[in-house]
Amino acid sequence: MSDLSGPTPVLALGGAAFDGYVRVAEEPLRAMFTLRGDLSAKALKNAATGLAAVDMPGQGQVALNGEHCIAWMSPDELLVMTPWDEHAKALGQLDATLTDPALNYTDVSQARALFSLSGPDGLVREVAAKLAPVDLSPAAFPAGSFRRSRIGQVSAAIWMPAPGRIEVVCFRSVADYVFTLLRDAARPGSEVGLFG
Amino acid sequence: MSSRLAQGGRLIDRGAMREFTFNGKRLKGYEGDTLASALLANDQVMMGRSFKYHRPRGVVASGSEEPNALMGIGTGGRFEPNQRATMQELFDGLQAESQNHWPSLEFDVGAINAKMSRFFPAGFYYKTFLWPRSFWEKVYEPIVRQAAGLGKAPKDKDADSYEHLYAFADVLVVGGGVAGLTAALEAGRAGAKVLLLEQTAHWGGRAPVDGGKIAGEEAETHVANLVAELEAMPNVTLRLRCMGAGVYDHGYVLGYERLTDHLSDKSGPRHRLWRIRASQIVVAGGAIERPLSFAGNDVPGVMLASAVRDYAVNYGVAPGDRVVVVTNNDDAYRTALAMKAEGLEVPVILDARAAGGGALAEQARAAGIRVEAGKAVAKVLGSKRVTGVEVCAQNGSGSTIETVACDVVAMSGGWSPIVHLWSHCGGKLTWDETNAMFRPDPDKAPTGADGKGFVLCAGSSNGALLLSEVIADAGRAGLAAAEAAGFEAPVAQSWQVDELSEIPLAAVWLMPAGASYDKRSKTWLDYQNDVKVSDIQLAAQEGYESVEHAKRYTTLGMATDQGKLSNINGLAILSASLGEAIPQVGTTTFRPPYTPVSMGALAGQGRGETFQPLRRTPIHDWHESHGVQWEPVGHWRRPFCFPKAGESTHDAVNREVLTVREKVGLLDASTLGKLVVKGPDAGKFLDLLYTNMMSNLKPGRCRYGLMCNENGFLIDDGVVARIDENTFLCHTTTGGADTIHAHMEEWLQTEWWDLQVHVANVTEQYGQIAVVGPMARQLLEVLGTPEISKEELPFMAWADRVVGGIPCRIYRISFSGELSYEISVPAGQARALWEALYEAGHGFGVAPYGTEALHILRAEKGFIMIGDETDGTVIPQDLNLDWAISKKKDDFIGKRGQQRQHLALNPDRWKLVGLEVADGAVLEDGAYILDAGDNDKGQRNMQGRITSTYYSPTLKKGIAMALLKGGMSRAGETVEVTRLGTTPVAAKVVEPVFYDKDGEKQNV
Repeated sequence: MSDLSGPTPVLALGGAAFDGYVRVAEEPLRAMFTLRGDLSAKALKNAATGLAAVDMPGQGQVALNGEHCIAWMSPDELLVMTPWDEHAKALGQLDATLTDPALNYTDVSQARALFSLSGPDGLVREVAAKLAPVDLSPAAFPAGSFRRSRIGQVSAAIWMPAPGRIEVVCFRSVADYVFTLLRDAARPGSEVGLFG
Repeated sequence: MSSRLAQGGRLIDRGAMREFTFNGKRLKGYEGDTLASALLANDQVMMGRSFKYHRPRGVVASGSEEPNALMGIGTGGRFEPNQRATMQELFDGLQAESQNHWPSLEFDVGAINAKMSRFFPAGFYYKTFLWPRSFWEKVYEPIVRQAAGLGKAPKDKDADSYEHLYAFADVLVVGGGVAGLTAALEAGRAGAKVLLLEQTAHWGGRAPVDGGKIAGEEAETHVANLVAELEAMPNVTLRLRCMGAGVYDHGYVLGYERLTDHLSDKSGPRHRLWRIRASQIVVAGGAIERPLSFAGNDVPGVMLASAVRDYAVNYGVAPGDRVVVVTNNDDAYRTALAMKAEGLEVPVILDARAAGGGALAEQARAAGIRVEAGKAVAKVLGSKRVTGVEVCAQNGSGSTIETVACDVVAMSGGWSPIVHLWSHCGGKLTWDETNAMFRPDPDKAPTGADGKGFVLCAGSSNGALLLSEVIADAGRAGLAAAEAAGFEAPVAQSWQVDELSEIPLAAVWLMPAGASYDKRSKTWLDYQNDVKVSDIQLAAQEGYESVEHAKRYTTLGMATDQGKLSNINGLAILSASLGEAIPQVGTTTFRPPYTPVSMGALAGQGRGETFQPLRRTPIHDWHESHGVQWEPVGHWRRPFCFPKAGESTHDAVNREVLTVREKVGLLDASTLGKLVVKGPDAGKFLDLLYTNMMSNLKPGRCRYGLMCNENGFLIDDGVVARIDENTFLCHTTTGGADTIHAHMEEWLQTEWWDLQVHVANVTEQYGQIAVVGPMARQLLEVLGTPEISKEELPFMAWADRVVGGIPCRIYRISFSGELSYEISVPAGQARALWEALYEAGHGFGVAPYGTEALHILRAEKGFIMIGDETDGTVIPQDLNLDWAISKKKDDFIGKRGQQRQHLALNPDRWKLVGLEVADGAVLEDGAYILDAGDNDKGQRNMQGRITSTYYSPTLKKGIAMALLKGGMSRAGETVEVTRLGTTPVAAKVVEPVFYDKDGEKQNV
């Protein structure tokens, strides 16, 4: 199944969006790969940086280059993302780079739903803070921060690609639940003003 | 009468009239009023009736400690009982009703209870309703419940929304009085990230009412200056109408923010629950004034002295025209002075101290107020309203010296620091003899993970009562908190405070000191639960020596106010009765929340649509639009069956089974767990996890495997496919996807960290569709799927194929006993594949089928189901799965567990059999198989139970699987199986495989 073709994969919610006091939107498909192994192994680093064309991120960080990024997931795990149209190429590249069986990757592109929150920076942060037990203040969560946490009752990762934008990834099956939570949290009239 | 004063009221806007109703009566108040102040302004002093005796009750306090003025607020989906009128801000259209009366507040039938109070002493329920025992549930309890209780439960679904918010701070300050503001300022100046919460709508607390000058400014101006400076600090967040509700381990604090309770416009979330992590917490909650214990101290018009002046100064409301002040301390003289300043009469101040008061008393005398030292209230006159007091000497039994006419009694028994939040997480208290109060013991703070304190008290919460002490203490606490949170602390600003000196109070726990029984039985401690001095004394007499026991026996402090006014007075009475010192008796436990919070706030977003996450497969929407009947499976929804128009569930299930047996069916198997196990040691790892051998599986092949826990009990099963030398795909049950993933990670991370293996959960990356039935191959061929013959893709093999133009991986595995292709496809293409299969299947009579058909199909084949045939106490051998337990392997999880005697050598274990009833009837699920005789409890002996039972449309009869003592050694025997509500039925023990015993149909 490595060379994906066939019909264009559909999104869990077909690109749902809500314009509240920040905008909540399901993002188009992105290629996502879980890389596991010794993060200091040269082949692993090459595999990740080769795909995303950025340096390795530090703990709790995501190294970004547009839609390309490498996120630090755990001491032996990375999440690498590329635009969807590079998916097939990326698979080939990973197969070629990760020849050591102790290093490996898994394609998780379609296991996920991806959402963005966009708007004024402080408001984007507080909408996320209604749902994730994360310190989202600009000081504690500057652009480039990445957390594996939860949204409501389900696992999610959140990161800040740039001021005024937070991206959230969750499992595909709970896309509707997460979208509904984000939508409700962004409803006009529920502004907090926590971050200025 | 109580009325609005001609002028004044620092919190109200006389230009903004607000209309509201009380018990249906239309009344007017002002913006800035509380419901309580507006009611008083309308001469509505009586605001409710008491819980037990239905006595008329008026408002006692002006803040969150209020025990009496509880209201039902709102209507329909916005009705909420037991709301404090003192905390409810007035808005246009507010609807309030008083509680606990019938037929009306003015005339109440239940008040007869008061006349009978002699017969309702402490422990009344325990003593009275003991016999006959059977009467409690059917007779006594319903009557007691009808008669007692506070507000009515809402009947409609809550119309509001609620939300949570996670917030983080270096220093959290709870309480926005002058102490909280000062502490926040110092912590903020030190650079700490500060969050300051105030439960009311105003900053400054009592200081603007109680007076004193700070840095040459009036308290109110000083407060405004502090707030302005704090608002300008980017590292400080201030929040009004947000109560610090509870302090928990690791600096976790709940804040309860009320967003729309004070507004006519109820759109937007009603409450927001702040879930705060703070490095340090400063509790600056202030102090609560204590009532005095004299006869008739619950008559409407008897109020806390501080509340009386609050209503006048803050709201421009006079609670009455003639105010008698009774006190044991200097502070209450401020009330007399404030009343006098408003032009009201203060006929006398009764100071229980023999020597009288200090500088404030001098001021009162200078203002022409009569002050009587060593005097007390013998008795309050009036029932629905105070009409006067009888005056007596504090020492003595209370012979009346004179009678003074009045309509308000302003009482003060001293102040108790609000130590609740300090105590929630284990902070200890110390008894301050001079001020007769418990205060936080600074050496015994609640401690965090580092063993150091994480809560500090500031100002009156810390026992500082004078303004100068409060400000100095708060500055110190704010800095100490910042320092403990890791900030370099400068020296706290010192403020010049001008105030009058005060002399200490005299502890007065009973008034007069030698009050007779008659007086004590009319002297209230706990207004809300109707607990009197005589009740506590009775409890002590009956042996309830522990304060916790006395509390529960008398219900002191157990009402919605949790004894904010009554606890200290009650335990003082208890300690006197026991002849012990107050600190020896101690307090009851302070538990969060500080005052009740709404259930909605606690639930937050967890209600309605988002009560629980609902997991949807990629084909979910198709099912929904094709008449699915859902079955909840964990958080998933799986199709139970797809009834056609007019078809019953039973008929639909039977049709689906027969379609699979005779034609071809489609099953959405996407929920099955899919775990990729990858690495050089993957085979070795799986050999340790599964009971059978996996390492010798050839790439391209599949094998059914069992997983046990350390005790040997079966926890999961599924098919393992070897993808390549280093990679396996393990299918788990739907429920096992996450737990088995966690199980694998746990063993890898804790025991076998040296194995080079990684596990990835790809359950959601793929949709999985089972194409099942004798025509399955033809269906796939119609879609152009190449190389799927028996030879090219044999049973228990897998291969990558393109199906209908979509690249897939096909597993030739079968849970039905039929020819079966389980097709794995990336989630985003699963719906397209499903639809292609469904379209192409038309010519074959294809039908989607659900979990019930799946269950019947597997039961006909005798395949076990985790959770049906297993329950956490079943080993594979019980299910005749010995063949799947490797004898070659040195070890696997569960091996040693299974070797224990009671599992390995026990011939009486309940083991898997099939059961059939002679007339083809269906046995009941979960039914027991009876054995001879009774056990030592007189219960019938059992020898087994039904684990799966269905009507088999294939065999046109009932089939069942069961666990039976001795298992298949009993084949051919007839056993008795229970039925609900009727006699047992005879069933014959047969092979648990009912259909295609040799497995020929799946292997074609």
